[in-house]
Amino acid sequence: MALEPGADPYSKSMRETIKTVEATRSRRMTEEFTRITADQKADLLKKYHPDHKAGEMVEIKVGVSKGEKTPKEVEAVIQAYSRLEPKSFDLSDIDFDVDVLVIGGGGAGSSAALMAHEQGAKVLLTTKLRLGDANTMMAQGGIQAADKPNDPPSRHYLDVIGGGGYYNIPELVRALVLDAPDVIGWLQDLGTMFDKTADGTYVTIHGGGTSRRRMHAARDYSGAEIMRTLRDEVLNRGIEVVEFTSAIELLKDDKGKCAGAVLFNMETEEHFVCRAKTTVIATGGAGRLHVQGFPTTNHYGATADGLVLAYRAGAPFIFMDAIQYHPTGAAYPEQILGLLVTEKVRGMGAQLVNFDGDQFIYPLETRDVVSSGIIRECRERKKGIATNTGMVGVWLDSPMIDLKHGPGTVKKALPAMVRQYERCDIDMTRDPILIYPTQHYQNGGVIINDRAEAGIGNLFIGGEAAGGIHGRNRLMGNSLLDILVFGRRAGLNAAALSKKTKIGKLTLKHTEDYHKELEAAGISREKISPMLLPDYRTPDTKERQKGQVPLGGAV
Amino acid sequence: MAAKKAATKPKAKKAAKDAGPEMVDIFIMGKKYDVPKGLTIQKALEYAGMTLLRGCGCRGGFCGACGTVYRTAGDYKLKVALACQTVVEDGMYLTQIPFYPANKAIYDINKLEPVLEDVVQCYPEFMRCVQCGTCTKVCPQDIDVMQYMATAMRGDITRTADISFDCIMCGLCASRCPAETVQYYVGILNRRLYGKYIAPPAKHVAERIKEIKASKFDREIDDFMKMDQKELQKIYEARDIEPEDLAAETATAASGEKND
Repeated sequence: MALEPGADPYSKSMRETIKTVEATRSRRMTEEFTRITADQKADLLKKYHPDHKAGEMVEIKVGVSKGEKTPKEVEAVIQAYSRLEPKSFDLSDIDFDVDVLVIGGGGAGSSAALMAHEQGAKVLLTTKLRLGDANTMMAQGGIQAADKPNDPPSRHYLDVIGGGGYYNIPELVRALVLDAPDVIGWLQDLGTMFDKTADGTYVTIHGGGTSRRRMHAARDYSGAEIMRTLRDEVLNRGIEVVEFTSAIELLKDDKGKCAGAVLFNMETEEHFVCRAKTTVIATGGAGRLHVQGFPTTNHYGATADGLVLAYRAGAPFIFMDAIQYHPTGAAYPEQILGLLVTEKVRGMGAQLVNFDGDQFIYPLETRDVVSSGIIRECRERKKGIATNTGMVGVWLDSPMIDLKHGPGTVKKALPAMVRQYERCDIDMTRDPILIYPTQHYQNGGVIINDRAEAGIGNLFIGGEAAGGIHGRNRLMGNSLLDILVFGRRAGLNAAALSKKTKIGKLTLKHTEDYHKELEAAGISREKISPMLLPDYRTPDTKERQKGQVPLGGAV
Repeated sequence: MAAKKAATKPKAKKAAKDAGPEMVDIFIMGKKYDVPKGLTIQKALEYAGMTLLRGCGCRGGFCGACGTVYRTAGDYKLKVALACQTVVEDGMYLTQIPFYPANKAIYDINKLEPVLEDVVQCYPEFMRCVQCGTCTKVCPQDIDVMQYMATAMRGDITRTADISFDCIMCGLCASRCPAETVQYYVGILNRRLYGKYIAPPAKHVAERIKEIKASKFDREIDDFMKMDQKELQKIYEARDIEPEDLAAETATAASGEKND
């Protein structure tokens, strides 16, 4: 950015509060803020967590999870009509005929594709952006696995289920924690470069809600390191990948089981029929729906497409009313608003500090609790720090890390973070950074079992689109783990099942039926999903585009 | 990506002076648009009316989809940026390079050895590197690409892995390379060789996998699975928390060598 040399990236009023933060720092270095009790947590969540804000959650009126609640923004894409006309769409011409169709090219999709391919299945991976353009690539902090002598997987189980508010589906947590060490071994075997000591022991640290240090990291490019390696491997194995192509509707056969999908080439706007013996949905989350107008840490394509497809085909949801707000999204400056400031910053000792230079919450409570604490501090107690654009946040005292662990620690352990702020002329090793919660993760999703099956036959789901694993609140480092555990299970089981599967006549009758339900519920015909990509056009642009016909005319 | 707006209306700029944000002129693939100051290049493209399909991925500086080459009016120098991480400047002429047709070798990582010969076999052209440093200048991650090409040519896989670690594989290095090498693919090959063959395998992971296969933890987990919330909660609340180990947290990957 083009700041004059020596110019302050922070406004005068922000600089004043930084001085307060600096003044209290030496006192806080030795101060540990008390963790709050279970009752206090419950009260804090009820009053300040965005999920509990009145009027934001609405009841789903159609489909198998009728009566359950979800944010308005999610409801809008769930209760919408297909991009296809199901009655007249021609399914007789099969463009792709495969054993396993994988929808989504992130960590879950790639690991599913690798596993299915290894079993000898003919695999097609379709993704609406490029292979690897996914939230996996953006995950910084790390991946949990109980693989140290003091940390049995049962301990991991306890942390996951307590963090999830005891709502988690036990068999899924069991699968998660018992597969975890094998996932680490698999990543090691693929040649990922995680932080290790000289004898090969993984360096592990705490994350919010962990009782053992079990976060494995690759500096702060943990997800990127996993994703670029999986992508390299998918390409090396010669798995067929179709990019810039989304799945816009699942297909079923006349026995009512999933039988592939209709694919849409987003560049040429052509439709293709893909018949598949088994299908894996690995389309990730919903951050780009911007629930309650929150900024998001999520990648460009996180628009809940897989949820829409699976739900229309009859797969039920769980916990679709539990959205995770990451406590530390960038609140300043404007160009990085909402981007992730990894939990590792807190894991390494940076405290959350208010206008008065005081701590107000233990920094490694679970994410829902920390987020609610920050919202309370800013909204009710009015002890946030305002920026010049009207955003309010609290300080994350990042300079504490080098003070605790020695100069150069932040640069070495958090290069992505340092770079992100350097691009804005902020030196996070010297100055604190301003943060506020940001929409980060969908805790719920489509219910799966421990084989990653979605319950409608021949359909598997891996990654963030699946629900039940994390209860109502996921812990840091369990998402990179979850996508690989259930991505791999989805791929393995989909390949095995494909060997026994014979697909009958293809149909979109389920879409027709869903349309009838929508009509009966009085849903407007103008509502169409999946969204595929968020719409960031300005109102001016939309106005000027009105009435346009495609180039080449409309004949 | 298609420019759908015919031209920027001159009155927009005037109106902006009265109430709206301060505007700057940018030239998207040579065509002028005026956009509010302070937007990232990516948001400026959207402000200009474009719907991005190519050249936009994570929007957070990690995926490498939005590598951008630009020049500002009055300057001959070409600069590079990630469109999602860089704020527009007045008089910026820009084009995105969302894809570069670089050669990626297809290999079986299990059949390679961590030696120079095997890297050369995958990418014979990389030894043509003339150490001109154009790649280093063009890297939006500020990686010393030329340096890791030098260590790679020496067969120092450990150093190459370490120096290239922050690569987001946008491909801008390859796009400017006079020797037509593919630095970013050489980088990931070296990192995978390092991770798989040079970094010592974690004994504690192998041990744990063995224990899990022997069902060592099944009973305790099965017991937890049967408990109701009250019981579980009691155990959860009472669990001890391992103290932070400050020394371990600061240890890092690779060899402990310093690259800069």
